[in-house]
Amino acid sequence: MTVKNPIALTLSGVSKLYPGVVALEDVGLSIRGGEVVGLIGENGAGKSTLMRVLGGATAPDRGSIELDGESIAALTPAEATARGIAFVHQELNTFTNLDVAANVLLGREITRGPLGVLDRRAMARAVEPILQRVGARFGARDSAFELSLADQQLLEIARALSMDARLVILDEPTSSLTLSETQRLLEVIAQLRDEGVAILFVSHRLAEIEQVADRVIVLRDGRNAGELGRGEIEKNRMVRMMIGRDVGQFYDKRDHDAHAPVLQLRDVATSTYPDARVNLSVKAGEILGLAGLVGAGRTELALATFGIDARRGGEVLVNGVPLPPRSVAQSIAMGLCLLPENRKEHGLFLDFAVSENVTLPSLARLSRRGVVDRAAERGLAETSQQRLGIKVASLDRAVAELSGGNQQKVVLAKWLAMGPKVLILDEPTRGIDVGAKAEVYRLMQDLANAGVGILMISSDMEEVIGVSDRVAVMCNGAIAGILSSRDLTEESILRLAVG
Amino acid sequence: MQKKDVGLLVLVLVVGAVVAAINPRFLSPINLANTANLIGLFGLFSVAEAFVIVTGGIELSVGSVIALLGVIFVDLIVNHDVPWPLATLIVICIGAVMGVIHGFLITRLKLQPFVVTLCGLLIYRGIARFYTADGTAGFSFGDSFPMLEWVVSGRTGGVPHSIMAFAVVAAVAWFTLHRTVFGRHLFAVGKNEEAARYAGIDSTRVIVLAYVICLVLTAVSAVFFAMYTRSIQPSSHGNFYELYGIAAAVLGGFSLRGGEGSIIGVVLGVVLLQELQNLVNLLGIPSSLNFAVMGSVILIGVIADTQIDRYRQRRRQALGLSMLNADGSGAGELGLTGGKQ
Repeated sequence: MTVKNPIALTLSGVSKLYPGVVALEDVGLSIRGGEVVGLIGENGAGKSTLMRVLGGATAPDRGSIELDGESIAALTPAEATARGIAFVHQELNTFTNLDVAANVLLGREITRGPLGVLDRRAMARAVEPILQRVGARFGARDSAFELSLADQQLLEIARALSMDARLVILDEPTSSLTLSETQRLLEVIAQLRDEGVAILFVSHRLAEIEQVADRVIVLRDGRNAGELGRGEIEKNRMVRMMIGRDVGQFYDKRDHDAHAPVLQLRDVATSTYPDARVNLSVKAGEILGLAGLVGAGRTELALATFGIDARRGGEVLVNGVPLPPRSVAQSIAMGLCLLPENRKEHGLFLDFAVSENVTLPSLARLSRRGVVDRAAERGLAETSQQRLGIKVASLDRAVAELSGGNQQKVVLAKWLAMGPKVLILDEPTRGIDVGAKAEVYRLMQDLANAGVGILMISSDMEEVIGVSDRVAVMCNGAIAGILSSRDLTEESILRLAVG
Repeated sequence: MQKKDVGLLVLVLVVGAVVAAINPRFLSPINLANTANLIGLFGLFSVAEAFVIVTGGIELSVGSVIALLGVIFVDLIVNHDVPWPLATLIVICIGAVMGVIHGFLITRLKLQPFVVTLCGLLIYRGIARFYTADGTAGFSFGDSFPMLEWVVSGRTGGVPHSIMAFAVVAAVAWFTLHRTVFGRHLFAVGKNEEAARYAGIDSTRVIVLAYVICLVLTAVSAVFFAMYTRSIQPSSHGNFYELYGIAAAVLGGFSLRGGEGSIIGVVLGVVLLQELQNLVNLLGIPSSLNFAVMGSVILIGVIADTQIDRYRQRRRQALGLSMLNADGSGAGELGLTGGKQ
């Protein structure tokens, strides 16, 4: 199958303002049918806004859109769809209570009879060929409830194709996929390109961009930072363009003098893997990486350790003192803090002010007889802002207005204010830009040097190897092995992770 | 004071001025005192409702609790010769126990607050009617409790004690909600219960306490209402009061999703609702339209609020754009044509 009428889309001089921020300034982008264009940039570089302009969700304040030789001031979402621009969001919008066909044809259901009864058979017939086109291993009548995240991604792409999409915008499509699922998706992308579909691939994962993109457009601070053609797409080059300077030593690893264990897990079992027993110890002043495939039980172990989830047996000791099960407040009081994987849902109160977010766990210390000392609260918020370099106009601004990296700094600031002895960091750099990443690494090194024990869960191999003093690898809820920095290679970790 | 509160205050003053202009009796000492008394009575349980709404919950049994506890209170002092301070204490304790039960069902059994308190509404109303065999609970002719009457429905210098009690409760509630650690935890749990747990907040305790505070305050208001009406018809006493409370809180800027609102807002909401009641009476509007007037004003208020919010956002954006245009170098770099402003 080939696209009859390949798209030709050019944006030029596009500017978009939000209160207090220039999101896009004179940005240009062009894309034709049959090519994969990578769109990269740090968080806050303007990628999201640019995508929203393309999808018609946001009207640009300036600039022009030229679509198939016709000049348009701004698209509406309906026009964008009608003209073959489809959007696959990072957060998937799958309706798990419906079947695959109903999801694909949502809003365009096939009916029969005067009462508009759903013709489920006709819907399935219409959807099957599209599913084949994206290489799906599920059928049109399957319940969407049972699909993995990767399959849901394919479902979204199928939905886009069912609307005769000529341009498919993929926003961080691989962020929750496993390695093999990612490869499958990249193959589907390459095949769609060969059929004449244009693909705009937005991702932080530069290796994937290298593999699949024909051209890369780099944004920085809401402007075009440059463009790379086929032969020029190379990781270091992309990073340089994204941050506008040389990265230097990205992972500034020092050897930490490890001391006595600050966190010990003895025969800890989680409810996800009740039969596995985990023994692990984190020493003061070391960074222990916790690697493993998605679903190996790393986050579950962290939650059971911290006290969010109940433990199925075993003991957790902080500085040799056992923690009571299922008491987050106790864990924090003993000096164990957790930076959760899902920053927006578990780490922050998005509508609350930056200062309120930072000081929340410290309020007991900042109050007298239950009454908050507002001057002391202010002081702590300001100190934290300086210490971590949180970029915000005012501490009274809602955290929701901050970029991902700055939001993560707020979560870190919240725990650093508690003076932790052990920090569990669950994917500490997920969804934050390169610059903020480097800052987070530096902060981790400083904390370790100051004697804090850090347990870092990460799916980013490079990060695990670059940052950790030792790495524990999990597989099916158990520790498959512990690697010292000498034996740390991507291969040695993977061998343990797959069991 | 938040911007929303200022808007509401302006509305209260404008409505008051209009009513006073049409009917000067609005400002007569008798009318003001009566309205103040009603503000006090309705304010007590509206503040109570606010504590639950800020956690993202709702308490629908307020009216029924006022009926049941009112009946029990009158029965205790009239038929069982219980001294009134003790009777008040008993009623407050029952309220606290109800709060614990509601909180337990919501946090431990994970039932929805709407369902739990809807059942409370039905159950307490039923018990109240059964308790009196559907009769009226009241004081016999000649019964007199001068001290109790003075404390609860008396006046000092023409100011009803009910509104004084409300002022004290509102002040304490404001302090609790906006200045204490517990208040911050209430907002946090209401905005994002999961994140609150990750921050070490015992959300179960916070929610249970919110319901206890709510029903203890409701019990206090039950005593005030019992002494105000002096006879309690258990099938109608307190009907719809929970909705007054919710309406006042919503007018006062509380979001039913939780995590937002201010006590000053609820107080102004209560004042506005009573002012509207008064308006219906004084302007000769048929009293059957009472609820319709109230509903319309709340609706208009909420619509105005969201529209003003939007307008502000748009203006902020336009301001940003014009600043960019004014900044010559910036405009040059942007290659802006200046066509839009």
